[in-house]
Amino acid sequence: MNTEKTPLVSVRNLKKHFPITGGFLQNQVGAVKAVDGVSFDIYPGETLGLVGETGCGKTTVGRTMMRLYEPTAGEVELNGVSLTELGEKDLRKIRSKMQMIFQDPYASLNPRMTVGSIVAAPLDVHTKLSKKEKHDRIQELLDIVGLNPDFVNRYPHEFSGGQRQRIGIARALALEPELIVCDEPISSLDVSIQAQVVNLLEKLQKELGLTYLFIAHDLSMVRHISDRMAVMYLGKIMELAGRDEIYLKSMHPYTQALMSAVPIPDPDLAAKSKRIILDGDIPNPKNPPMGCNFNTRCPIAKERCFIEDPEYREIEKNHWVACHFAEETRS
Amino acid sequence: MTPLLEIKNLKTRFFTSEGVVKAVNNVSYSMESGEILGVVGESGCGKSVHALSIMQLVQDPPGKITNGEVWLDGKDLLTFSEKEMKKIRGSDVAMIFQDPMTSLNPVFTVGFQIVEALRLHNDMTKAEARERAGELLALVGIPGAEQRLDDYPHQFSGGMRQRAMIAMGLSCEPKLLIADEPTTALDVTIQAQIVDLVKKLQDDLGMAIMWITHDLGVIAEMADRINVMYAGAIIESGNVRNIYKKTRHPYTMGLLGSLPRLDEDPGAELLSVPGLPPDLLALPKGCAFAARCGYRTEKCLEEKPPLEEIDGREHAVACWHWEEIAGSK
Ligand SMILES: Nc1ncnc2c1ncn2[C@@H]1O[C@H](COP(=O)(O)OP(=O)(O)OP(=O)(O)O)[C@@H](O)[C@H]1O
Ligand SMILES: Nc1ncnc2c1ncn2[C@@H]1O[C@H](COP(=O)(O)OP(=O)(O)OP(=O)(O)O)[C@@H](O)[C@H]1O
Ligand code: SF4
Ligand SMILES: [Mg+2]
Ligand SMILES: [Mg+2]
Repeated sequence: MNTEKTPLVSVRNLKKHFPITGGFLQNQVGAVKAVDGVSFDIYPGETLGLVGETGCGKTTVGRTMMRLYEPTAGEVELNGVSLTELGEKDLRKIRSKMQMIFQDPYASLNPRMTVGSIVAAPLDVHTKLSKKEKHDRIQELLDIVGLNPDFVNRYPHEFSGGQRQRIGIARALALEPELIVCDEPISSLDVSIQAQVVNLLEKLQKELGLTYLFIAHDLSMVRHISDRMAVMYLGKIMELAGRDEIYLKSMHPYTQALMSAVPIPDPDLAAKSKRIILDGDIPNPKNPPMGCNFNTRCPIAKERCFIEDPEYREIEKNHWVACHFAEETRS
Repeated sequence: MTPLLEIKNLKTRFFTSEGVVKAVNNVSYSMESGEILGVVGESGCGKSVHALSIMQLVQDPPGKITNGEVWLDGKDLLTFSEKEMKKIRGSDVAMIFQDPMTSLNPVFTVGFQIVEALRLHNDMTKAEARERAGELLALVGIPGAEQRLDDYPHQFSGGMRQRAMIAMGLSCEPKLLIADEPTTALDVTIQAQIVDLVKKLQDDLGMAIMWITHDLGVIAEMADRINVMYAGAIIESGNVRNIYKKTRHPYTMGLLGSLPRLDEDPGAELLSVPGLPPDLLALPKGCAFAARCGYRTEKCLEEKPPLEEIDGREHAVACWHWEEIAGSK
């Protein structure tokens, strides 16, 4: 991946804190630091993978980046235009360039709308197509995602999970977006169906030149589909690098543990692999630890880690790490 | 030696208003004591129902075991009354259910629930049972186990709840522990903790374990043997090496090909299985996989392939064309 190009999306020091209210007057008594200062670029035509365990803030990054949530702080630019400063009207225009595919293909489609009207909805809002043009476009979209165009008048419950995900993809493609945020698009699907959807997403990317932010907690799948990967933990990016660097030369102890925990579907290799078993659970984001937020589980934490938050820095070209000892842990 | 568990021609059906759901179709296999068996397959293929049939916990109505035998440690379980089964459950065989939140009662403390399980099967005083419950929680790696006995399930994290479930399953030292998707809802680092724990416990206590999952990755490193299920039937079974390295059934091949692997060159297209699993209300006449299979012939559509032993107990496959497929690879 040539990262000398101008990024399509630039995210700088993005924060999203959800207020916690309490007491008689429902005053704010604290905040969930769901996203706490993340920075990354996404280049045109690439897939940036975003991985991390439940609750680490992946969905919140996606939604805040698209300004579906108001950011607490930070900057997001799409094609050099700052999204964080746009008014409602301009935002709506630019949003058609960014679409989202959701985790739950059951909840994200209105059960009372036909497939045709679901896919047509963004066209109704953003375009002035004639009836005939719209009809043709819907047929074309269903065909692109591998659904029988004769199904336009059917309802979501008549489809399987994988087919529903295809409907969601067709809807996301309707306005010819540049960027699609795929938020766990395959987690609810069976293994053999997951591969169908991933192959489709890859084919569409090639044919339509799409750019993806691909969010998931399945590391092997993210590595399969991504050009570069970012690893999140408790609201922050711990490491970001090319997919091979992340796998072969990870420098953050969390990435190393996460990689080693991924099951290998091969008994010989599994027997040879060395597991780094992390102790304990992920801390509550209401109350993140002082210093490095990984320090409660980190196998190499030293005194400094409990005092000072490590800087997120470019250790090697295009390889970013937030650990005081990144230079030493280089594997 | 008689096997610890032997299942013969098991059939379980659900008689619903829409028709008969053929959830378990002629399943036969055996497990030796101390063995770890992985049961894999996609959602709805009958993994849970087959395990519930062993425990005789299939919801009735609409469910019924319509055929077959289940032998556990020389006992013919399907002839047992509910009262007799109550004794068997927990003592000879224990099951960890798919959803820990439904199997831990939210209104009682974790300690109370383990104490109850212990006292149901052992002659113990409350104090003895409580002490043992503390030991069990410590055994499954819950920090400060003694103090956590008085916590309610919601005060535990997902991983801790799963550990508590395992502690409860182990409480009566069963000969067979059935774990239904024990790590599916957990993050990989927590999953690695649980897998590590179960391997250690198995080494120390030596019970047989049936580990039900849809993830061919998790069990590769811990199982001795694997049953691959499709549409309520076992379509391939054998020792781990044969299943992963000498895969013979087109469906197992498809499942393995659908998995991206961290150690492989990324970027290659995944080998997906086209189409969907069949409707258990209307199973096809021939091979249940035929509609999705690239090797299908006329015969596959007409006749159901039996589970044929190709290497004794070490490898069996239900496919008419496994020999040609093996030769062509
Ligand atoms: N609307 C909200 N109000 C309050 N807290 C929220 C809200 N949305 C998310 N959070 C909290 O922010 C944190 C990050 O949540 P987020 O959904 O972004 O995580 P995630 O990485 O997508 O997790 P998952 O893998 O489970 O989808 C969590 O602690 C979550 O409870
Ligand atoms: N109470 C019930 N009434 C009717 N059908 C049922 C009932 N319980 C299960 N079934 C059906 O039996 C079949 C097998 O279900 P089972 O729960 O064993 O699948 P599974 O392999 O465990 O799937 P999963 O991976 O989703 O847990 C499914 O088609 C299911 O719909
Ligand atoms: S029996 Fe036929 S259809 Fe079934 S798996 Fe074998 S080749 Fe495919
Ligand atoms: Mg999420
Ligand atoms: Mg199940």
